[in-house]
Amino acid sequence: MTRSMRKIPARDSDDSMGLPTLRLLTCGSVDDGKSTLIGRILYDRGLVPDDQLVTLERDSRKFGTTGDDLDLALLVDGLEAEQQQGITIDVAYRYFSTDRRSFIIADTPGHEQYTRNMATGAANCDLAILLIDARKGVLDQTLRHMALVSMLGIRHVVLAINKMDMVNYNEAVFNAIVTDFSRHASGMGFRTLVAIPMSARFGANVTARSTYMPWHQGPCLLDYLETIDVADEAVDAPLRFPIQWVNRPNLDFRGMSGTVMSGRVRVGDEICIADTGLTTHVARIVTMDGDRESAEANDSVTLVFTEEIDATRGDVICHVADRPVVVEQFAAHLFWMGAEKLLPGRSYFIKVNGRTVPASVTEIKHRLNISNQEKMAAKTLRLNEIGFCNISTTRALCIDPFEHFRNSGAFLLIDRTTNATVAIGTIAFPLRRASNVHLQHMSVTKEVRSALKQQKPVVLWFTGLSGSGKSTVANLVEMKLAGQHAHTITLDGDNLRHGLNRDLGFTDADRVENIRRVGEVSKLMVDAGLIVLSSFISPFEAERRMVRELLDPGEFVEIFVDTPLEVCIQRDHKGLYKRALAGEIKNFTGVDQPYERPENAEIVLTPDDGSAEKMAERIVNYLRDRQVVAAD
Amino acid sequence: MAISEHLRQLEAESIYILRETAAEFQNPVMLYSIGKDSSVMLHLAMKAFYPSKPPFPLLHVDTTWKFREMIAFRDETAQRMGLNLIVHVNQDGVARGISPIASGSSVHTQVMKTESLRQALDKWKFDAAIGGARRDEEKSRAKERFFSHRNAAHAWDPRNQRPELRRLFNTRIAPGESMRVFPLSNWTEMDVWTYIAAENIPVVDLYFARRRPLVKRDGVLIMVDDDRLPLHFGEVPDMILSRFRTLGCYPLTGAIESNAETVDDIIEELRLSHLSERQGRLIDADESGSMEKKKREGYF
Repeated sequence: MTRSMRKIPARDSDDSMGLPTLRLLTCGSVDDGKSTLIGRILYDRGLVPDDQLVTLERDSRKFGTTGDDLDLALLVDGLEAEQQQGITIDVAYRYFSTDRRSFIIADTPGHEQYTRNMATGAANCDLAILLIDARKGVLDQTLRHMALVSMLGIRHVVLAINKMDMVNYNEAVFNAIVTDFSRHASGMGFRTLVAIPMSARFGANVTARSTYMPWHQGPCLLDYLETIDVADEAVDAPLRFPIQWVNRPNLDFRGMSGTVMSGRVRVGDEICIADTGLTTHVARIVTMDGDRESAEANDSVTLVFTEEIDATRGDVICHVADRPVVVEQFAAHLFWMGAEKLLPGRSYFIKVNGRTVPASVTEIKHRLNISNQEKMAAKTLRLNEIGFCNISTTRALCIDPFEHFRNSGAFLLIDRTTNATVAIGTIAFPLRRASNVHLQHMSVTKEVRSALKQQKPVVLWFTGLSGSGKSTVANLVEMKLAGQHAHTITLDGDNLRHGLNRDLGFTDADRVENIRRVGEVSKLMVDAGLIVLSSFISPFEAERRMVRELLDPGEFVEIFVDTPLEVCIQRDHKGLYKRALAGEIKNFTGVDQPYERPENAEIVLTPDDGSAEKMAERIVNYLRDRQVVAAD
Repeated sequence: MAISEHLRQLEAESIYILRETAAEFQNPVMLYSIGKDSSVMLHLAMKAFYPSKPPFPLLHVDTTWKFREMIAFRDETAQRMGLNLIVHVNQDGVARGISPIASGSSVHTQVMKTESLRQALDKWKFDAAIGGARRDEEKSRAKERFFSHRNAAHAWDPRNQRPELRRLFNTRIAPGESMRVFPLSNWTEMDVWTYIAAENIPVVDLYFARRRPLVKRDGVLIMVDDDRLPLHFGEVPDMILSRFRTLGCYPLTGAIESNAETVDDIIEELRLSHLSERQGRLIDADESGSMEKKKREGYF
């Protein structure tokens, strides 16, 4: 069932090592025999060193699952937990060369729980071997891996239908599985797709044609892998050269070091910095081995320009005629790998082309049902789910579609608190709506408005548990400020939920959106020159930080009203704790939803500060000290 | 000699990783262990930042039991290349009299290598340590990422590694945490030697076959590099034509009988060899999984 087989171009006739290294991964469900297959190739080709064979014999007796035979999977299962549990947890890389080619194999986990590790393996490969247990046929996990492999840009797939020995090498079983799989694989963008029946345990059709399956006409696995051409089109795509490191050894030399992600650059080319539009020409392409006339995709070089232009790490160099779109919003596929679910509106870091900036998912268009490729409505993405989303960044980025730019069209999302990578993303297309809505420049500025009011605009952000006294203290502060003719406004959580935020509930996602709106409103009020008093439980650090970053430095004053939970429960002015503890109210902060304590609050109020009156006094003094309002 | 497409790809990948490290961390350091992998890594660093010098110092964690030729080569290399070399010795371990002979390989390695490395990283507050480890060396190494996150206690959590894309690495760390960086992850022993041949990279002479004074203990050929190695009763070192496949502390590093006197000889020998690279390392031999244990505790 070869769809389109291309001939291998003779790149280097006298040296077969000139064929590019094949990076491939093996994937499939638990127990499909991935590790055994790799072990089989290494073993058959005599690539297992003698001392490792001794270890293998000993380990086969200790952990083995193949009776008296060598358990070849143990050659590749490296972590102790893997050997004991008999499953691969993390992607392991294997290296070997035959006379015809060098290989890097990523052996990836089949266990659903570890799909994110499988994605790491896939992201670095050009070809995937998808294993199927002949007895079980196409499983959910097979389709999950197929979808992921497709999403991550792999265009060449080998369907390895393994354990044929368990079905008497029956051709009909093989054909049925191939038919079933082909039905799912259409539309996945695979350029080649070849099915091979095999038995990794007994070595049938792995490194040599099997006599058990004369009905199979095609090559054995290794023959196929040694000859397939997987050359990507990166060289033919437009030039993208993200600046990785500015090279300045002395005053006479200033170069831009980086790797050509796609295309080709030559001395004399007119290039521009996509981010700023500045243009210049390439004067030299420098390497330690001497200057070059040109460099192409995957070359690591240093560019020197004829006229110096302002450029920094993360800027993308391209040809003037073929620039990427530079926008703040785009659509992308996300593979979610965070332990915590995706929260639309929450601020994450996006890393793309060496640039790391805050970004958020503004909308989930759909989630992919992996089993049948159907598009489902979704409010969030959980671990190992794939979704199609709109993403908004805090500064404009070069946006290249992943389909044509496998290097520069991919990105990571990173949790800002834990630094964990929560998603791998691939860019689909830019959203132009942002670039068409230009910010209006006003003549009367924030500075003018606040000068008229003889005060500095700030947001006093009161955070703390329900019943901690936020609103009480905020009310007293506002009264004192009004008493000295300051211009103030109070934003109260409960009040806003009756109006602006009437459509929001109390799920994590709605809480994030609630705070985002309040943050934007606070920013408008600050632009008006006002002192804004905002009282919100605001339990998540990420959202408090989001509001802080909307404002200029010094404008956000976080006031943590740190009243112990027991005291709040005791007070319970609104009777809410009673109902929450009885299970009548869900998602109640402090009861069944966490409150993340602020680490960097400007002011922390505890019962030691005394009465609410004393607390309010402390805040007003803070504002006077910083000349937000005039001292009396 | 022109390098193959395969080596060219590996070279470009390593240079990318080295530049990424220099750009993303405040205070990186390159762990220089004097061996062939370190030689290649240093050569790649010279290429990555040319015409600048590598923007980080070299750190050698000296156990005081390295071959004398290694130390001479180290000092000569740093001087020739004009690089800043930091040498760190665990003085506490020296004071306690820790040695591979008195304390055994496992305690010696723990105190003089693992703990010593942690001391050095803490002392100079390095937030990224670049090492020459390769995934093909050992099974648990095969699971390392290019950028391997370590918590504030320098421990590795093999079950919770960060996803990586070919050109995208999450290098963010919290204060006190650090990263181990492995630019040679995808190189094999054969790649290293063919690259050394193609690029004419200097390596310690111990890799080449010479007549050396060796004693055989538990089937391993140990070189009598100085008079700290106590000879057993009646034991006389033999001058044997031999070389080393990996280099470490001399009492813990087995020589192999060989007549490979040049890099080309070594490559030919490797083609015919049926033993893996680390088989001469006594510290790995305890049990399979022992490398993973050491790594979780902060061994490189």
